[in-house]
Amino acid sequence: MNEKYFQERIDAEKKIEPKDWMPDDYRKHLIRQISQHAHSEIIGMQPEGNWITRAPSLRAKMILLAKVQDEAGHGLYLYSACETLGISREKLVQQLHEGKAKYSSIFNYPTLSWADMGAVGWLVDGAAIVNQVSLQRTSYGPYSRGMVKICKEESFHQRQGYEIMAEMAKGTAEQKAMAQDALNRFWWPSIMMFGPQDSDSPRSGNAMKWKIKRQTNDALRQDFIDKTVGQAEVIGLTIPDPDLKWNEERQSYDFGEMDWEEFWSVVNGNGPCNKQRLAHHKKAYDQGKWVRDAAKAYAKKQELVAN
Amino acid sequence: MSSLFTYTLRIADSSLILGQRMSEWCSNGPTLEEDIAMSNISLDMFGQANGFYQYAAQLDGTKSADELAFRRNEREFFNHQLVEQENGNFGTTMVRNFLHDVFNFLFYTELSKSKDETLSALASKSLKEVKYHLRHSSNWLIRLGGGTEESNTKVQDALEELWMYTGELFEMDNLDTELLNNGIAVDNSALKLEWDIMVNKTLVKAKLTRPEEVYMATGGKKGLHTECLGFILSEMQFLQRAYPDAKW
Amino acid sequence: MEENVTVWEVFIQSKNGLAHKHAGNVHASDKVMALDNARELYTRRNEGSCIWVVKSEYIVSSETEDSEAFFDPSNDKMYRHPTFYTMPEGSKHI
Repeated sequence: MNEKYFQERIDAEKKIEPKDWMPDDYRKHLIRQISQHAHSEIIGMQPEGNWITRAPSLRAKMILLAKVQDEAGHGLYLYSACETLGISREKLVQQLHEGKAKYSSIFNYPTLSWADMGAVGWLVDGAAIVNQVSLQRTSYGPYSRGMVKICKEESFHQRQGYEIMAEMAKGTAEQKAMAQDALNRFWWPSIMMFGPQDSDSPRSGNAMKWKIKRQTNDALRQDFIDKTVGQAEVIGLTIPDPDLKWNEERQSYDFGEMDWEEFWSVVNGNGPCNKQRLAHHKKAYDQGKWVRDAAKAYAKKQELVAN
Repeated sequence: MSSLFTYTLRIADSSLILGQRMSEWCSNGPTLEEDIAMSNISLDMFGQANGFYQYAAQLDGTKSADELAFRRNEREFFNHQLVEQENGNFGTTMVRNFLHDVFNFLFYTELSKSKDETLSALASKSLKEVKYHLRHSSNWLIRLGGGTEESNTKVQDALEELWMYTGELFEMDNLDTELLNNGIAVDNSALKLEWDIMVNKTLVKAKLTRPEEVYMATGGKKGLHTECLGFILSEMQFLQRAYPDAKW
Repeated sequence: MEENVTVWEVFIQSKNGLAHKHAGNVHASDKVMALDNARELYTRRNEGSCIWVVKSEYIVSSETEDSEAFFDPSNDKMYRHPTFYTMPEGSKHI
């Protein structure tokens, strides 16, 4: 009965709210997806944070710091949304540290030059935005509202990345080479951000039925590629895919085969930076423990005084 | 080099170096909320630095704000030695910032009355931000001082360690005096009394002990620094130095 | 696992004169920190002129299951709305 009523509400495009009845699997799926999304924002601070102290101008420094700070904020919005499902942020962080929760594999790639700040903003944020715009219509109310807020704030992220790429592409020969190199390294990992092909994506079924996901991995990926090809042309950079070509009939780009072996290898912990990213997060968390303990102890003492 | 140019540069340098230090906290904060707070402080400091460098560049007429920030060497930087000190643990950072925030609060309050209109406007804008920074660092000092035994020890240690860099804040050299006489500069030495009162008040609330008077480090105004600054600059200036012909 | 930190609900008044609106929540161990954290997280883009924070545990919510009992009864009380009333033709300012 509950389940039927639940599905009817979903089909009628009604939002599910924290106190509503929901199938256990719906709750589990949401916790997994939202926490993975939150962890991605937080771990995603590292590859860009890596360049904040080396940003080459005052303007670049401020923009990059503000952007990475936004990612922390977006992580918080998402942890908040996840907490409404009855799980604490502390527990979610614990799951991350124990390797039980995942984050987007893209952040396991290193950022090796300043051009990578361009590539990450343009491609990685660009891919994320395509996904997030779609998720604004997700069926769970708090997640959907979080996405609306995030999309609004992220609108400058992709632009700042593209601006860096454009500047470098028209700069010195060294700068242009750096920009092309960054595109070469980030292109394939970016389009793999949308996940496995629909034919190999085991969980998509329920997620679509429950309208947690609104579009399939392949549809989102195609949308991103179609948007991005022209942008690369405008700034004179070449996308590293010899099979990329316009398909008049589909009114979309055909593209080459992705290296799924690499994808799964990174997902399973063998990317270039998996260990460092997690170690960095754990270290900050552990080193902050005495601060959190002190703040709690201080608050308790204050309450005693007040009572 | 005009006195006003150098005076402006000194203010900008302290803002930039403290901003740089605070930006090192990004993704390393004790909580996510605090990570965001520290980035905000860093952004405020970079904004202040940018304002003062723009003015210095205008006074100089040959170098841009970025050239001033990214193309000068250790001996040409005039920031307070206090702000270049390493972040240490979170308590060290809060103590360092607190000592500097109290100074900045008093300094900008006075500088906002400067006869130089640009300095006065920049100071008024900075003052608003510094008031919040002071609230932030004071509250953390009170929490950490009054939290656990461990946290109290950590901030007390940081206080002892950093105290020697506070004397420099109140120094006056010939350049300061010349501009003070023109109604442009702040009389730093006159800020000391109020600084002592404000610092002491918070230390009492934070259950911390004011350190004994110690030998005070000096040199920032002459471009003499601790070994920390060289590393900050080599990291911060890397791209501008490695690719001198590039625009970013 | 660490002890959970207190969660606070945040309400932002975007402009003087407007009502405070729920913005989300923050974690903080004391009320001053809650206010500061709310400021950092929810007003980075000039969104606020005043902030309220309240411990989440103090929020009392009606239940969805009760929503019919709670809200349907007001459905048929049209006399609470000004359009319910017939005004004589030609009357003004009422």
